[in-house]
Amino acid sequence: MSITAVQALLAGERYVCSRALATVNFLALKLGRPLFLEGEAGTGKTEIAKALATALGRRLIRLQCYEGLDAAAAVYEWNFAAQMIAIRAAEAAGGADRDLMKSELFTEEYLIERPLLQAMRPQAGGAPVLLIDEVDRTDEPFEAFLLEALSDFQVTIPELGTIRAPEPPIVILTSNRTREVHDALKRRCLYHWVDYPGFEREIEILQARAPEASETLSREIVAFVQRLRTEDLFKKPGVAETIDWAKCLLALDVLTLSPEVISDTLGAILKYQDDIARLQGMEAKRILDEARKSLEPA
Amino acid sequence: MPEYPDLPLPEDGKLVHNITHFGRALRRAGLPIGPGRVQTAIEAVAAAGFTEKSDFYWVLHACFVNRPEERAIFHQTFRLFWRDPRYMEQMMALLLPALRGVQEEDRAAEAAKRAAEALLADAGMPPVPETPESGDEETRIEIDATATASADERLRTLDFEQMSTEEAAAARRMLGRLSLPVKPLPTRRLRPDSRGRRPDWGRTLRASLRTGGEIAAIARRRPATRWPALVVLCDISGSMAAYSRMVLHFVHAVANRQGQGQNRGWAKVHAFTFGTRLTNITRHLRQRDVDAALAAAGREAQDWQGGTRIGESLHAFNRDWSRRVMAQGAVVLLITDGLDRGAPADLAREMERLRLSARRVVWINPLLRWDGFAPRAQGVRAMLPHVDTLRTGHSVASLEALAEALSDPKDHGEQARLIGMLGAEN
Repeated sequence: MSITAVQALLAGERYVCSRALATVNFLALKLGRPLFLEGEAGTGKTEIAKALATALGRRLIRLQCYEGLDAAAAVYEWNFAAQMIAIRAAEAAGGADRDLMKSELFTEEYLIERPLLQAMRPQAGGAPVLLIDEVDRTDEPFEAFLLEALSDFQVTIPELGTIRAPEPPIVILTSNRTREVHDALKRRCLYHWVDYPGFEREIEILQARAPEASETLSREIVAFVQRLRTEDLFKKPGVAETIDWAKCLLALDVLTLSPEVISDTLGAILKYQDDIARLQGMEAKRILDEARKSLEPA
Repeated sequence: MPEYPDLPLPEDGKLVHNITHFGRALRRAGLPIGPGRVQTAIEAVAAAGFTEKSDFYWVLHACFVNRPEERAIFHQTFRLFWRDPRYMEQMMALLLPALRGVQEEDRAAEAAKRAAEALLADAGMPPVPETPESGDEETRIEIDATATASADERLRTLDFEQMSTEEAAAARRMLGRLSLPVKPLPTRRLRPDSRGRRPDWGRTLRASLRTGGEIAAIARRRPATRWPALVVLCDISGSMAAYSRMVLHFVHAVANRQGQGQNRGWAKVHAFTFGTRLTNITRHLRQRDVDAALAAAGREAQDWQGGTRIGESLHAFNRDWSRRVMAQGAVVLLITDGLDRGAPADLAREMERLRLSARRVVWINPLLRWDGFAPRAQGVRAMLPHVDTLRTGHSVASLEALAEALSDPKDHGEQARLIGMLGAEN
């Protein structure tokens, strides 16, 4: 396997990535290290895990992080209701032997596996792709826990013992940088900042993701969005927004951009009222004109 | 990202040596790189091989860079280093004073203290009195505190601006002892608690196993708590100088107070100063020595006592920092007199954005101490509707009262009265 092969592999899943991103992916696969992707929302961080999993024919296991995420929701939990019923049933049958019950109640039958534990289990097509999404949304205790889990790829369940992954999963962590993730966690990973793509690459991405759009429209859309990103906005539109917007415009049978169409569909690219209010009317026309001008020499 | 152009690679035999050397150069440039990272880099380079020269750049980038800000340093260092390592060494020697910043600050030495005092004196503040021998000082204050309680009381309510240098120094010491209590917030996480309201089936079951399946008592749990973060935005323009310095002393005390358990206090304290531009001084406030901390902050924030551009500064904060420091529901302490010369509509918009992303916005306006204060200034009018509470902060006592404003969600301070005045005028 080589960097070029990784790039081609992802392109096969309609994921157009830069040489730099392909390089870190290659390294993550080759060295078996977790990959830490940071960048603005909508730059394709989550998408790369999905593309990688499909391309390699591996299972994708996703752990969506949120504030207050704990081990019960991330690793495993005992099915207490079922265990209680088992106890009552045993009592009713008259055989409530203590030691026997312990060995019977805490077995895999009563174990509810959550994403991290699932990722340690052997899978049909090989080690799974474990996507730990938006890790910046958890809190520090969970980060510390992840640190432990990701360095050894093993989970200890007191009643069952240690479960070790036969083959370490391919781990991808993403962060929107709403807060700084601790250095100790980052240090164990390969880091990459996912930037907005350049003009040509964004056209490639758009053509891969919304092939129905004509070339002229694609070029106009991308030029407009690229121009929009240089404006002073609270939230700049990501690639995901570009694709969404293109799909919206296609659904409306738009052949070419006009200030009116832009005003009507702004909700697909800008998600904050202050940003939308700014772009209404003359601003949209100005940016469109500038975008058109940038297209001309080409 | 820039694609790296042609670069001559060194001989293979020396590669390990060169990567180690490169790691060292990056470390000297301020990147936190240990031997572990260098080891990874060597492995990574071995794994990736040299199919293309620009790949080499990205392989090292993946191993050595950890934050977006580090990308530029990496790029520069890479460019210089792989052209000629020795040239790099010489360059580093030249750049060192500029790049070494962080380690330098660790020495909170006498020199830094003097710098802080020089800075304060330069800025036209009443100069800090010569700090007497610490032993002397302690005894004197103790005598002050015990013998003349009323003097202490007077100091508490005295306006910072009217203090003599000695009083200012004493007030600073009082502020250093002050705390800013805060209530913990409930989280979605649960922890065992015998008086909790939710059953903990897991523990109940495990306990029952010890008694042969008999459930004696139901174990309980309740939501765990966490501490909110505090974001301080402090106006350091000319009209605010006397107050902002005092408030920064107070903020330094709050930032460095590490309680335990129930008294842990603020999870994080982020501090920014603004005048004509916004400066993040969080890192400097972490230094134990208050003089060193303020001196470092002063070096960073170049616009002590310049003009004020509140709207633009808030805009910079909203754009560059709010998502990073306010993600988990921070309380914002905004210290300014609201005298802004920019467009009121812009200021109002930025204030609204600020309030939407914060748990609570507390505005401290020292002008409020004047009985006749009315919201006449455009800036004050623009900001008034977009804060949760408005308080004065001109004396030790008024800063003490802040705790109350922060813990009571219904507290609005002077806001209602002033908004009433706005309404009456229109």
